[in-house]
Amino acid sequence: MEWASQLCENRGLGSKMTDSKYFTTTKKGEIFELKAELNSDKKEKKKEAVKKVIASMTVGKDVSALFPDVVNCMQTDNLELKKLVYLYLMNYAKSQPDMAIMAVNTFVKDCEDPNPLIRALAVRTMGCIRVDKITEYLCEPLRKCLKDEDPYVRKTAAVCVAKLHDINAQLVEDQGFLDTLKDLISDSNPMVVANAVAALSEIAESHPNSNLLDLNPQTINKLLTALNECTEWGQIFILDCLANYMPRDDRESQSICERVTPRLSHANSAVVLSAVKVLMKFMEMLPKDLDYYGTLLKKLAPPLVTLLSAEPELQYVALRNINLIVQKRPEILKHEMKVFFVKYNDPIYVKLEKLDIMIRLASQANIAQVLAELKEYATEVDVDFVRKAVRAIGRCAIKVEQSAERCVSTLLDLIQTKVNYVVQEAIVVIKDIFRKYPNKYESVIATLCENLDSLDEPEARAAMIWIVGEYAERIDNADELLESFLEGFHDESTQVQLQLLTAIVKLFLKKPTETQELVQQVLSLATQDSDNPDLRDRGYIYWRLLSTDPVAAKEVVLAEKPLISEETDLIEPTLLEELICHIGTLASVYHKPPSAFVEGSRGVQHKRIPARAGSGESAESSDVGQSGPSEAPPAVIPSQGDLLGDLLNLDLAPPTATVPSVQPSMQMGAMDLLGGGLDSLMGDDSDTPGGRTEVQSPQPSSDYRERELGGDIGGSPSMGAGLGAAPAAMPASLGAAPAVGGGLGDLFDLGGGVGMPTGSYVAPKTVWLLAMKGKGLEISGTFARRGGIIQMDLTLTNKAMSVMTDFAIQFNRNSFGLAPAGPLQVLTPLSPNQTIDVSLPLSTSGPVMKMEPLNNLQVAVKNNIDVFYFSCQYPLSLLFVEDGKMDRQVFLATWKDIPNENEAHFQIKDIHLNSDVASNKLQGSNIFTIAKRTVEGQDMLYQSVKLTNGIWVLAEMRIQTGNPNYTLSIRCRAPEVCQFVYLCYELVLKN
Amino acid sequence: MIHSLFLVNASGDIFLEKHWKSVVSRSVCDYFFEALERATEPENVPPVIPTPHHFLINVLRHRIYFVAVIQSEVPPLFVIEFLHRVVDTFQDYFGVCTEAAIKDNVVVVYELLEEMLDNGFPLATESNILKELIKPPTILRTVVNTITGSTNVGEQLPTGQLSVVPWRRTGVKYTNNEAYFDVVEEIDAIIDKSGSTITAEIQGVIDACVKLTGMPDLTLSFMNPRLLDDVSFHPCVRFKRWEAERILSFIPPDGNFRLLSYHVSSQNLVAIPVYVKHNISFREGSSQGRFELTLGPKQTMGKAVESVLVSSQLPRGVLNASLSPSQGTYTFDPVTKLLSWDVGKINPQKLPSLKGSVSLQTGASKPDENPTINIQFKIQQLAISGLKVNRLDMYGEKYKPFKGIKYMTKAGKFQVRT
Repeated sequence: MEWASQLCENRGLGSKMTDSKYFTTTKKGEIFELKAELNSDKKEKKKEAVKKVIASMTVGKDVSALFPDVVNCMQTDNLELKKLVYLYLMNYAKSQPDMAIMAVNTFVKDCEDPNPLIRALAVRTMGCIRVDKITEYLCEPLRKCLKDEDPYVRKTAAVCVAKLHDINAQLVEDQGFLDTLKDLISDSNPMVVANAVAALSEIAESHPNSNLLDLNPQTINKLLTALNECTEWGQIFILDCLANYMPRDDRESQSICERVTPRLSHANSAVVLSAVKVLMKFMEMLPKDLDYYGTLLKKLAPPLVTLLSAEPELQYVALRNINLIVQKRPEILKHEMKVFFVKYNDPIYVKLEKLDIMIRLASQANIAQVLAELKEYATEVDVDFVRKAVRAIGRCAIKVEQSAERCVSTLLDLIQTKVNYVVQEAIVVIKDIFRKYPNKYESVIATLCENLDSLDEPEARAAMIWIVGEYAERIDNADELLESFLEGFHDESTQVQLQLLTAIVKLFLKKPTETQELVQQVLSLATQDSDNPDLRDRGYIYWRLLSTDPVAAKEVVLAEKPLISEETDLIEPTLLEELICHIGTLASVYHKPPSAFVEGSRGVQHKRIPARAGSGESAESSDVGQSGPSEAPPAVIPSQGDLLGDLLNLDLAPPTATVPSVQPSMQMGAMDLLGGGLDSLMGDDSDTPGGRTEVQSPQPSSDYRERELGGDIGGSPSMGAGLGAAPAAMPASLGAAPAVGGGLGDLFDLGGGVGMPTGSYVAPKTVWLLAMKGKGLEISGTFARRGGIIQMDLTLTNKAMSVMTDFAIQFNRNSFGLAPAGPLQVLTPLSPNQTIDVSLPLSTSGPVMKMEPLNNLQVAVKNNIDVFYFSCQYPLSLLFVEDGKMDRQVFLATWKDIPNENEAHFQIKDIHLNSDVASNKLQGSNIFTIAKRTVEGQDMLYQSVKLTNGIWVLAEMRIQTGNPNYTLSIRCRAPEVCQFVYLCYELVLKN
Repeated sequence: MIHSLFLVNASGDIFLEKHWKSVVSRSVCDYFFEALERATEPENVPPVIPTPHHFLINVLRHRIYFVAVIQSEVPPLFVIEFLHRVVDTFQDYFGVCTEAAIKDNVVVVYELLEEMLDNGFPLATESNILKELIKPPTILRTVVNTITGSTNVGEQLPTGQLSVVPWRRTGVKYTNNEAYFDVVEEIDAIIDKSGSTITAEIQGVIDACVKLTGMPDLTLSFMNPRLLDDVSFHPCVRFKRWEAERILSFIPPDGNFRLLSYHVSSQNLVAIPVYVKHNISFREGSSQGRFELTLGPKQTMGKAVESVLVSSQLPRGVLNASLSPSQGTYTFDPVTKLLSWDVGKINPQKLPSLKGSVSLQTGASKPDENPTINIQFKIQQLAISGLKVNRLDMYGEKYKPFKGIKYMTKAGKFQVRT
């Protein structure tokens, strides 16, 4: 009442009448007041009261107590009031599920309303009421709305299916809504098509098993037609969906590209980027000599450039994607360097990205311009940006040899500025330049030495020490310089300590006469006074080396270093291929595969199909979230092993290691060194690098340089690590997807496989062939059944020192006739330290021989070195076929038919699943529940399984509520199978 | 899809939240606040912020952060574009997009947000359609509604919603039929110390204000369409016709809209209409620095350069500036170190200059960085790229509309390094 009078007052005064009045509170207690007003007879008062409630809701106040009163206002012909009540309902229905049922009737009625706006509103709101109990009441109205004559209602209903699926997936499937949704893709109205696609895509994301978006040339054609006519948002959904399609041939690919190209001129940047994704992907299929290919390349540049004139947030996302595009196809933007020049008032996140792309585009043609810009940036205010600019100069020097001299002189100019952080960055990159161009720019060392005192960052100190040690013979007072660092040895960071140790040993080997004391000092500091095991180990190795055989020591420590590679921090090719398929998405912003970071409510499935030749990342084993061996190493390498390994690898390997005979593990090598003296060191040196690989993560060459440097300056993050956005995270993603050489195949693998059945459990990979038995070849693997195809997922690792080629595989005869369905596709030679993942499709048409145990498989793998044999055991679930669901009647008859003595009983312990979950899980592995009976709190599941050779296995599983132990009875005409079926049950249920 | 939206004001308070799926606790914004704290400037907050269970995508407009919460893989540009659309809609509805305006119209805001997005899918984002669904508030309507009890929510399905031309409603009527087009070009340029152009490009737009009765079908042709090789169109433009004939053919939306935007890249020669002579120098050991700026016209095709505003962020060590402008006024903010000089019009006979000295903090060393000079200006009746409209024709309706075309060139990000 008070509020009403206030309202009158407002009117009288003619003051501004705004919604802020809804925030005024009364003294008596707001809720109480509102309640009274909501129950008022006057419509107007009711509406104002609901508005107040909404206003409170927007600022996060809890007004759920008013639920019944608000819902009472729902039955009204005032559309605004209805909408407001709906708004309220959506927010609070979940907290008041019993009350929400009150609303159902109105929804049902509204879905019949002659006004399509009201029908649509009802169906829209219905789906937002996230209350399990009422969803089933909503099915009938929804079904009607999906077939509504008005397209506006249909498109709203399409989205409602996705909402409902989110609440109760089973219900949506049972009601056949998914099929209706699929039919809507052929709707005459483009907006309906777009929404159906959007809804299906969303459902597919959480529902990997269904083949929801079954794309074929017909549907693609429909989508392309709708693309021209629907709204900008619809275009994004359709383009993203198109990107999952795999064209049959280059002609289809070209025709899709032609129809997508006009989208590049859309005002909405999201449409543009989605179109770029489709084009980048389908371009792969076009022959490079085709005229159209060139035209398309030209067409891609302008829209990308235009994105950079948009708002900074858009620029940022665009730049992250351009970074990928530039790595994949540098030719597109090679003439557009200037648009990446940094404006001083760009936000920092844009500046850093632009800089990164500038370096990627740097070439001999434009290096002068780039350098002039970088020098300009190095005098800016923002410290992070300045540092990165200085590092960029170093990267240019390494990338474009002709520019190296200019880069060095630019860096020297910058050092003259005496700005502390500029000097330190410059020294770090000059060290890299020395590595790349040895014996070329040493004249600048004097200048560097002048700045020794101002260095306070470990990385810069380490770099400087490395330079002094490496060029000790040319620096007259090298011993004094190093000695000055030695004073505060224990206060230095590990990185600096390690570097100092190596540098002084180098110095000693170069000028043994005057530095004996110094080297002894540092060795004792490192070995006796330090608690750091890395440092101690390195100290001991040097000590023994020096004391036993100085000549060998010289050969080892002063060995020629491998050159560092030109391109640093490039994204690993397989990952790049995957990311290109995800242009425009969050994955592309973070440069990580979606599986690595998008948590979602149910996780995101990889977009790929299995077993395309030569590809096969570590496949589902990583999807399922198992930390299989292929994934574990990057995470668990102890820094100690890493450093020691680096040291050995770098300093020992080049001159001596020739014959790869990999035996002792890392640890053994080190033990020998320490215990057995130099002889064993020299004897073992060829082993140790092999041992090193034992702990080395399976990372391909992109890591090569980093490791080399790491060894050299003591595990410092090298230049690449500092510059690249992702390297810190990269090893993990590399580990998850370490396939190399998958190339084109992978790209399409990633694309096509939406909704691949991935439900069956795949065990983590286990090592089948040890490297020591395989002359350096290590094989680990697992088996999987995907979409009816049996696959053997192998990880081959070359732990020897020479390249392996000519791989082939053969199976011995086995119980179920498993045989390779194709050759083992290892397309590229496997170089040392490289790991490759291969998926081998298997057939069951091979020769049969009963094995002991039944599921034993003997395998022979050949390569250019030798033939290796190993045996492994596969889970029987591999052989469970998809059509193993038996008819009920047949089941009953068969059950009776099988003699009682063929029945086996098992206990599955410690399973905390209810019968539905268990049955769902089992179904994923093709164990089908035919019937369920509940007797006295005991769920009895009747299940059937069919093996590839036609043997039927019938089972009865008893689950007692509250009892974690299941009782399993299995009947089969071939009783020897039962034991293995039971093992499968256990495996599936426990994982 | 977009889960929730939080509006955060400059002082870091959430003043509005809207959830399209289940309610996400506002504590999720803590991650945003952390990022906000780390950022040196308000505009330096990274646009995409990962949190353990969500991603936050934010844009800063009118000193309000629009923070969208997403949970699954969604194209970030999609979210950002949508947020821009939200901002535009608020501005369209309330005249300004400020915290006060949003709070004053909170119910309309809520209705709008509900109408714009359904379960995270954009629903109606075209201003024309929205205005039919929810009428913009005016003081008069509020009073009338209060008295008569009528609502500001449309009762009928908007006509444009599903037609082939969703951007236009049917039954448009005007007594004066008019169509105005503004060709506006902005020059983005970086000029180096010596006055040579490092990079220069033109961002152009053609904004239209079309008030025509019925369903007019317009065509617009250019004297030199070849300039337009990098264009983004409003959805109303028929792309095929453009590809084939280089003619813009379209049924326009009603009211104000952006017909197209284009980009003339740095590979073409871009005329630079002003030049700057500068001498900003500090000496080691002296607490005084010299400061001299002179502006002059260059390649303006005989048009006057107006509304010139020069600004520069002087080095941190600068204490104060004592300068004298030959025309206009200048200010120097000793806290932010921002120097700005409102020049006005450049008279080619008497070039404007700003001269004097700047004082450094006592004991401060010579600044390391060189200030960059930012210049704003306008040139009426000129599209610096040379773009010219040839003719505008209307089909489909019988009346004779009034047509007008205006050209203007402005400085975009026009920066001169010293």
